[in-house]
Amino acid sequence: MATLTLPVEERKKTQEQEALITGAEAIAIACKLANVDVVTAYPIRPYDTVMQYISQLVADGEMDCEYIVAEGEHSQFEIVKHASICGARVFCGSSGVGWMYAMEALTVSPALRVPMVCMVGNRALDDPGAFGVEHNDALAVRDLGWLLTWVDSAQEALDTALIAYRVAEDRRIFVPLAISCDGAFLTHSQALVKIPAAEQVKKFLPRYDRGDLLLHPDNVISVAPQANEDWVMEIRRQNYKVTEVACDVIREVYADFERTFGRKYGNPFFEEYMTEDAEVVLLGMGTLSTPVKVAVRKLREEGKKVGFVRLRWFRPFAGPEIAKCLERFKAVGVIDRDFSFGSPDLSGVVATEVRSAMYSSSSTRPPVICFIGGLGGREVTVPDVETMTDVVFQAAKGKAQPLTQWIGLRG
Amino acid sequence: MSTSTFVDEKPTQNLEAFKGVKKVPHEEYYTSGHRTCQGCESAEIMKLMAKAAGPRTIVLGSTGCMYVANTSYYSTPWGVPWMHTQLGSSGSSALGAAAAFRVQMRKGVMKDEPINVIAFCGDGGGADMGLGAISATMCHPDYNLLILMYDNESYANTDIQISGTSPYGVNTSFSTPGKVKRIMNHRWKKNMAPLMMVGHPTVKYVGTISTSYPLQAMNSVRKALSIGGPTFIHCLNPCPKGWDFDPILSFELGELAVNTGIWPLYEIECGKLKLYGKTKDIANGRFKRLPVRDYLLKQGRFAHFIDEDIEYFQSKIDEMWNKWLVPGIIPLQKEIEADTPPSL
Repeated sequence: MATLTLPVEERKKTQEQEALITGAEAIAIACKLANVDVVTAYPIRPYDTVMQYISQLVADGEMDCEYIVAEGEHSQFEIVKHASICGARVFCGSSGVGWMYAMEALTVSPALRVPMVCMVGNRALDDPGAFGVEHNDALAVRDLGWLLTWVDSAQEALDTALIAYRVAEDRRIFVPLAISCDGAFLTHSQALVKIPAAEQVKKFLPRYDRGDLLLHPDNVISVAPQANEDWVMEIRRQNYKVTEVACDVIREVYADFERTFGRKYGNPFFEEYMTEDAEVVLLGMGTLSTPVKVAVRKLREEGKKVGFVRLRWFRPFAGPEIAKCLERFKAVGVIDRDFSFGSPDLSGVVATEVRSAMYSSSSTRPPVICFIGGLGGREVTVPDVETMTDVVFQAAKGKAQPLTQWIGLRG
Repeated sequence: MSTSTFVDEKPTQNLEAFKGVKKVPHEEYYTSGHRTCQGCESAEIMKLMAKAAGPRTIVLGSTGCMYVANTSYYSTPWGVPWMHTQLGSSGSSALGAAAAFRVQMRKGVMKDEPINVIAFCGDGGGADMGLGAISATMCHPDYNLLILMYDNESYANTDIQISGTSPYGVNTSFSTPGKVKRIMNHRWKKNMAPLMMVGHPTVKYVGTISTSYPLQAMNSVRKALSIGGPTFIHCLNPCPKGWDFDPILSFELGELAVNTGIWPLYEIECGKLKLYGKTKDIANGRFKRLPVRDYLLKQGRFAHFIDEDIEYFQSKIDEMWNKWLVPGIIPLQKEIEADTPPSL
């Protein structure tokens, strides 16, 4: 009872709070808890609500950072890139074509070893204009050395943002990291979120230390001179080395997160739902987990043994672990909220990666059917999931199915 | 945290003007290790800029010849921290660095001291691709930084192509005269320094400099770094390779650009315009502008000009000095003839 009499600000420091907030607000609060130094904003829906919250936190004196509204996404990402190289913990983000407008800055950041943390409010790429979710924006940087994670709840958004700083700023990693939040379904949807105490976060998240890579008059270095064919391969190899250790670092950080805050995520790379005795599974990223989980429960009542695997980390792609998980089932249906036109089997990005992981890491290769759906923010409905599950069961019985199918498409 | 409602200013270094060449310190912060051409005036301004700024400085250099020809892996001329920044990012790079220093000093995690933040760009990076970012940066009075644009009037790193500051009619690899068209570039040089000043009224210092006047160039840099807020300097740099002249003429061409009136030298300090050097004499009528022919014909890039072209070029410069509201600088013209009271 005594602690209840503490002023609100004191309670925030020492005690966990609970609040009804959106995914975007959860990330803004994580930035405040992480004591972020430099934030850059530029408007594009739906990610930009995170910046509205941050601007309010700054105006209210709750967050001490340089908050800069840039004149475009390219500058937005270039500003934080340089701030990070000068020792600041940074945050920014974007959506859809805004993310693509920043592409040059996104491209150079991994090689410069910039541990910026960004939020992508996933949005369909123009044209035609659409505010709704599609994953092609964040996925566009998948080969460049970024770490990419997808979350499906406001709680996970907040927790992952804290985890993201620990992972990205680990000297073994030191590359940018993007947290993908499905536009509208997560960015703008409220849920009850446990907000950790500031003092605990301080323990979990030491100050960003750029060490001998800091650009400062006390450390006279020249960063990114012309290398050409003499050294580019060796420099690329350094980024490759990051991907070799990334899974181990992520595991360590999740374990420490659990120890510090008591919240468990189990396997960091993917969440398994009702898979224990499942014959077939669906796999996907982001908030489609909500309708899929509802449908899985419904189908279970009908006696159909279906489960769901939600991929959290796309980069690094935990290939052997994912293959080991999926080889337990008779067939797999991957739901891609993206497209990869002209790819093998004309499938989506995730299905292509899953098949590739299965080919090299699995002795038994169940059929992997790709479902392209939910594009442009279209809802993936419970009946859609039932249809997909039926197809996957047919494949499990050995009946050949088209390898790529569009779901929820109007005739 | 500052609670200032207005501008949240932070102290700068107090870099007083060098009183004469003999008072300039010996220390160099841009030294051997680069591989620029003989007679390269762009490298010259790098050296002067670093010398003027001194050791408590960081330099952010956007892509251009002063990246590619300057800094090869394992060999750098920079004696202050330097970083490559993207072609269009000089404005955002300076803003990011200044913001990072400021917040870390405020939070007590970095020693509190004024650090010079300089971003340089070429004319391609500054007047073309990076213009938007520089403009945005000029609007942030809270951050102390300098954008220095070295202008060799072409993309000099990629085999000499026209940029937004290339002169009218110039022969470059993207504007080569042909059998039918003698003049492929109809654009007049972008008037960058006044654009920065007039477009961003809170900017406290904008200046033009020339490497042919090194002391003034260094003192301009020192003033820009001491006055506070974002500042901009535009430097004209003759380029033997791109302009096609013997390197021995680099210095002379810089002087001729001023003496023909094509490159006015001035500072705009807190809104007050001050012409200096021969430009001041031209404006006061103490020095008669030399014909631009003397400047153009020393350069192979104008070798295709016929008399008509030179006359046109001269007429444009005459217009600058005879018709502009602020001669040589602001291209607005008074409508004298129409200046009659309205008849009711």
